[in-house]
Parts: sequence; C-alpha cells; structure tokens
Amino acid sequence: MDTFNKAEITRRGLLAGTGALVVSFSVANALAQQPAQPPAAPAPAKPPALPGSLNTDRFLDSWIRIDADGKITVFTGKVELGQGIRTPLIQVAAEELNVEPGDIELITADTARTPDEGFTAGSQSMQNSGTAIRNAAAQVRELLIGQAATRWNLPADQLKAEKKTIVSPDGRSIGYGELVAGEFLHVEAQPQSRLKTPDQFSVIGRDLQRVDIPGKVTGGVAYIQDLRLDGMVHARVVRPPSYSATLKNLDASTIEAMPGVISVVRDGNFLAVVAEKEYQAIKAMRALEQAAEWDEPANLPDQAILPAELVAMEGDIGTVAESGAPAFPNGPTFEATFTRPYIMHGSIGPSCGIAIMKPDGTMDVWSHTQGVFPDREAIAQMLGLPEDRVRVIHVEGSGCYGHNGADDAAADAALIAAKVPGRPIRVQWMREQEHMWEPYGPGMVTKIKASVGPDGKIDNWAYDLWSNSHGTRPGDAGSLLAGRTKGNATPLKLPKLSINPNGNGDRNADPLYAIPNRRILWHFLPDMPLRVSALRGLGAQPNVFSIESTMDELAIAAKTDPVEFRLKHLTDNRAADVVKLAAEKFGWGRNEVPRGHGVGFAFARYKNHAAYLAIALELEVEQETGRVRVIRAVSAIDSGQAVNPDGIRNQTEGGILQSISWTLYEAVTFDRTRITSTDWSSYPIMRFASVPDTVEVHIIDRPGTPFLGTGEAAQGPTSAAVANAVRNAIGKRLFDLPLTRERVKTAIGA
Amino acid sequence: MTITLNVNGQNHQVDAEPDTPLLYVLRDDLELNAAKYGCGLGQCGACTIMIDGKAALSCVTPLLVAEGREITTVEGLGTIENPGPIQQAFIEKQSAQCGYCIAGMMMSAAALLKHNPKPSDDDIRSALRTNLCRCGTHMRIMAAIKRASELMEQAAVPAATNRSAG
Repeated sequence: MDTFNKAEITRRGLLAGTGALVVSFSVANALAQQPAQPPAAPAPAKPPALPGSLNTDRFLDSWIRIDADGKITVFTGKVELGQGIRTPLIQVAAEELNVEPGDIELITADTARTPDEGFTAGSQSMQNSGTAIRNAAAQVRELLIGQAATRWNLPADQLKAEKKTIVSPDGRSIGYGELVAGEFLHVEAQPQSRLKTPDQFSVIGRDLQRVDIPGKVTGGVAYIQDLRLDGMVHARVVRPPSYSATLKNLDASTIEAMPGVISVVRDGNFLAVVAEKEYQAIKAMRALEQAAEWDEPANLPDQAILPAELVAMEGDIGTVAESGAPAFPNGPTFEATFTRPYIMHGSIGPSCGIAIMKPDGTMDVWSHTQGVFPDREAIAQMLGLPEDRVRVIHVEGSGCYGHNGADDAAADAALIAAKVPGRPIRVQWMREQEHMWEPYGPGMVTKIKASVGPDGKIDNWAYDLWSNSHGTRPGDAGSLLAGRTKGNATPLKLPKLSINPNGNGDRNADPLYAIPNRRILWHFLPDMPLRVSALRGLGAQPNVFSIESTMDELAIAAKTDPVEFRLKHLTDNRAADVVKLAAEKFGWGRNEVPRGHGVGFAFARYKNHAAYLAIALELEVEQETGRVRVIRAVSAIDSGQAVNPDGIRNQTEGGILQSISWTLYEAVTFDRTRITSTDWSSYPIMRFASVPDTVEVHIIDRPGTPFLGTGEAAQGPTSAAVANAVRNAIGKRLFDLPLTRERVKTAIGA
Repeated sequence: MTITLNVNGQNHQVDAEPDTPLLYVLRDDLELNAAKYGCGLGQCGACTIMIDGKAALSCVTPLLVAEGREITTVEGLGTIENPGPIQQAFIEKQSAQCGYCIAGMMMSAAALLKHNPKPSDDDIRSALRTNLCRCGTHMRIMAAIKRASELMEQAAVPAATNRSAG
C-alpha cells in the first residue's frame, strides 16, 4: 500500500508538467491497440495489475534507461547465481527494443540502483523479471516511436524502430538517445504492451552465447571472491564448534600480536580476526580457534533413527490438497514410507562478503545474496542502522542453488566493518564453515497409501509429509548467523505452517495426476535442530521422489507400462507431451534392458504450475558392490516460451546431474553435538568417474506463451527416475535416500 | 621473505611468508583471479594450476616449493580478446554454469592435453577425477576438452607444414 501511495504522488507530480502530458498522450497512442475504455470511469481503488514485477516497480525507467548518446541500460532486481539469467534478460530487452543484445548493459540487483524483486528464487526470474523487462522494453519502443511521430508529424504506425533508431518511410531516422530527454521514460507502465509476436522474433528463441562465460574462462574479475577494493583487508570468522555452543573462555592476547593482525573481534559468541594479508588472517583464525573454549550442549537428533526423530517433532498439521474421500476398505495397493536426509547446497566456492563502514556512517556491502533488499533489511536491523544507511550490492559468487551462506558472510563482513571502520573488510568462509553452517535442505519423511481400481486407474491416494519449513531467509537479524551469535543477539524467528500455491515443504506434494480421492497433509515440524532453509526445489525433490516411486509400483501392480500408466492419469496435454517426447527420444520399451542394467521414468510439473519435465534414464548396478552409475539420461522440458534454448539445456543438464548426486551419494552427517560432514571426503558428491555417458535435453518450445522458468524442474523427476531404474535393475524398491552402494548391495543380497 | 616466482612466463618478486599456499600469492599478490579457493584441502580442484607442465593444487602447495619452477594459470592460456584453444572450446561449448570450478578444470585439461593430445572419455574422466563441479556441467566440460583437442590439432597442422616446408 505504501509503495502505491508513493508512486501515485510521484505520478501526479509528474503529470503536472507539460512534457509529461505529451508523454502520457504518447502512451495512449502507442497502446491504441487496446479496446476503447468506457469514458469517465471512476478512479480505480487499486492500480491496475501490471505484467511481472512491473506490478511492484511501476515506472518504465526503473527498468530501462536510455542516455542521450543512445546507451541503453536495463535494470533487474534479479541476480546471476550461475543459472545464466543475465543472457535471457538481455535477450528479451533487445528483442522488444529492436536492438542487438550487445547494445544493452544489464545492471543486476543493487539496493541503490535496481527494482526490488525480492529473492532470485523459485525459478521465477523469467516470469517476474523477464516479463517486466520485456513489457517495459516494448512500451519504451512504442514511446520512442510515438515521440518521433510527434516530431515528424507522421502517424506512428508508419514508423519503425530498428538498430537504436526510429526510421520513417521517407528515409528519415533519429537515434533513441535523441528522442529521450529529461523524464521521458519516467512514466508508469501500462497494463497492456504491444509485444512482438513470435514470427517477428529475431533474438528470443536464439541460442545466444552466455555473456558471462568469456570473462569466467580467462581470469576476469567474475566473482565477489575476485574483488580487490582499495585498502581492503582480510577477515576470518571463528564460528562456534556447534549450533548452540557458547563461549566459555578466550585469551586472545597472543593472537593480537601475530604478524599482520589488525584486530581480534569479539561480540558475544561472534569471533573474528582481521589481518592485512589473507594467509595471515587464516593463521590467526586457526590460533583463535585453539584459544577459544566453548560449552556445547548435545542437542542434535539421533541420526541413526532420524526418520522417527523427525516424525516425533510434529506440530501443526495442514491440508495441502483434498478431494473426494480416500478410503482403503480392502487395503491399499501400495503403502510405503520414504525418507530424505538433510542435504547441502555445497557451493564449490565458500561464501564471501565484503563491507565498508564509511566516514559518513553509511555502509556498503557486497554480497552474492539472492535478495539484496531483504539482506539489507536484516543487516541494518542487526547493526541498529536505518535501512537507508546500508547499501547492498550483488556480485556473483559460486553456484548458489538456494539459501546458502551468502547472506551470513555478508552479515559477518558488516558486523566486523562496523567495529573496524574505514577499510573494506573481506570475509571469506572456509570450506568447513560452509559445510557446517550453511542452511541445509531439510530432512523429510513421507508416507503414502494408494490403491488402483478395477479400471486400472488410481482411485485413492493418501499422502503425509513431515518437514520443517524450507524458508528461513533474511528479512530480520535473527536470520543471520552473526545476528544470532553476537552479543544482544536476535533469535531466529520460528517459521509457521503456511500453505500456498508456491509450496514449501509441500511443494509438488499434490500429484498432477487425475485421482478422484486424495488427501495430502503436511505435518509441520516447528523445531529446527539443524539449520535449514531453501535448497533448489524445496520439498519438490523428496515429494516427487515419493510420488513417482509410487506411480511405478502402482503401474507394476496394474500390469501397465509405467509411461502408459502415467499418461492414463494426465489430463494436461502439455504434461502428456513431455512424457511422450522423453519416452520416444529415449526409445522407451523398444530395447531389451541388459542384465545388471535398469531403466526408469519420472515426470513432474514443477510446483504444479511451472515447467513440465519428464525424464527416462538407464543405469547399471555393479552387483558385487552395489555401485550405481547412470549411463544415459533423456529428458523433455516445456518451459513455456523458450528465450535461450541452450540456457534451458545447460540448466536442465545441471539439474539432472546434481539430482543424481543428491540421490546416490549425499547426506549431511552429525553426532548428538556437531555436524560431522565438514569437507568433501565426509560429504561426497558426484565425480567424473560416475558421470553418465550422455545426457539429452529436448525442449518443447511454446512460442507466445508465458515463461515458466527452468532451474529447478529436473530435481524431483531425476531422483525418482534413478530410484525407478534401480528398482528395475535389482527388482527391489529402495525407499531411503541416498541410494548408497551399501543400501543397494544390502537390497541385492536380501 | 622475497621469493622469485615464474608465472605465465614472467618473473615476479613476491614478499610473503614461505609457508603461504601458492594460491593466495597468485590471487592476492599477483592479482590473478583464475585459480580459486574452494576447500584449501586439496579436495576439490578449484585451485588447480600447472607447475612444470603438471596439474598441481595451489591451495596445498607452499610458496617455497614453487620457487624456480614454471607456473601456469588460466591467464597464461590466452586472454578475453585472444582466447587460447582451451578457452575457446569452453566458450564454444558453453561449458560453464556458475563457472567457479572451470579454471581448475581447464588447467587439469591443459596438463592432460600436453601429454595426451587426443584423450578418450576415460582419459578425461581420469584426469579430472580430483575436480569437483557442483552445477553439473560435467558433460559440457568433457565436450569442451574434446573440442580443445581438435582446436589444438588444427592449430598444430599449419605450423608443422611450415616447418617441413622450411
């Protein structure tokens, strides 16, 4: 509401100026394709809904600016996380502005410069920011045409925008830069845009090479870790040895005297060192670790019985979906409990943050956060500063995959910078810190009961899931490790059960299949003994793993091919299309599966309203060891209008391989006190030896339809396809992730 | 103490404690960005460089050990204006997602291709066994290394012809 009022005031002020009136007429002319509105309608109580994130940042020049020299700058509140989002955002802008992608400079999230688009999460950057930028670009193009039409006294429909100029049929041309003056683009966007139609596209739908790769492969300053600011010094944090440890004793005097050490910072349970050189900071950090004595309660769950421990933490129960009344008078056809352990993001580059407290009392923070605005709010609150005295600037870090240590490293740097003002403080987390302190994807338990009726179709489905919230992101100081450990600490706000269409722990818990009687319940776990938050896909991976494993068991019970069985239950043609395409490209059912091999299939529509993805894969199981290797994977994805097909392929290949790694190898380990998976040997992930021979991604492009996002679509289906292929290979169903060699070998031997 | 380091064909005087891992000297003193800190334990390969033509993990190589030897980083393979064949291949095959591991991958590849110009899939998998990628770019990394091998072969052919002609 507040945002709306501010916008309204600005707009009224603007409309008082003559130039702006011309502009508003131009907008009306430019958008004359809309049906005529009834005249003199009363002022609306609410502003009209605008496309994508334009709805929250409503002025065109929040998104696109054109300088007098014709330079075009596009602003997004989204950030590059390794997903390659910069390139398709540039593409949609270039397409609608009728310029080359190389003509555009893209500025990503910065609290001082860009729109506030919340978090870059949930595979929504194309839907939110891509849609906003595309519409804004189309409206800017029409404004430029309208302006040229006014100057030349020609009808706008005779003019064309091309190569950063507006041209007339009689050969006159004028540059974009010459047409913009003053506040020309400072106008509120309209609900409708004259978007180009797919047959007019020259940039959308093209495999444009990613703009960030050349710098990354030639040693450019590509990551926050590469920033070297004037006068920058190096800090390292000493975290407690376990979540609830408190500092008992510390004598830091010898550390303060170590070479290069500028400061030893202690604030409650927050400890850090600052040194001139990086390795000096590391040595001082190690010495500080030795010097600190902690009290540590043993309050972690018993990992040996983790599923039972999770179920026992149950609090509120929420209904995710319900239709009909599932009943099993003759018992279910299939009944099972599935489990997923805590798993980690495991970015290859540990988190990094840089901050400087400037002489005027304002602070600049550089972070690879997913949300500069919420991060600013949390940091300002932690420091007791007004928000407008803190600026958070996004700089890319190592691959993100969700809420990892990025915000915490930024907060560490900010807290240290507040105590050591005047020089940029660079905090680099160590490997073990990332492994021990990043918020994990929560451990989950799911229980399913389902039955198949005499018609060979599923008639009853009861599904219960036990999970923490998958969202403890910034917004307040308690979300930050530094905020929680410093003196005068802010405790973490405990999330509450909330069920909404985007889903959380319950994401994709409701199968897309036509089932007359269903009930899906989320047994919410309010306590979070391990730190948890958003990891790529949230609950979608464990839920789809459970649902699609069950679909295969039901297909077997119904004596139906698993692909055919799924198609029998799909009413959405786009869903059926990806299933059919993946099956066809894989050659599903066409070849005999060699001994020791297995094939598996799975499907999901991400969040039940985003991208469709189906996958078939073949794997081999080494009978003696239980080792599983996926040999080939074939997927089909429908992300709506494909802007950069190779970007979709790259993300989907990555999602498939990462999900195979989660499925086969990964589990956070802990004893009753501490996290024990502290490096890559105690938390193994996929290595080259286990990588498939081939991975195919087939795109079903849907020109002219909304963007559906891509990044997380493969996580769930891939896990399930692996489990189904293992079932196919060894004849036994495995219910507990990860499908380790030991578990597979035990199943073979049993 | 002052140590002379030969990096990408140039000598540099470096003032650092001799036990400093080479990685920090490359990054902080010589301002070479490519080699990355990933684990500091020699487990992930993000810091891979070449020492005397062999892949080495700079995060566990003390500065003193590197003295008097030929150190090569990704910056020594080419520039953004004039990328070398390995860099060209990684761009052509779009072999990065976040790209943080890629410099290490490229250096493992450079060391492999130096000794084995036409590696098989198994050779590549073996040479990269200590390099971790979290984004799942593995397929494209393997494709890029094969492509780099082709590009290097193509580049070598005219040179060989010239020599025989001369």
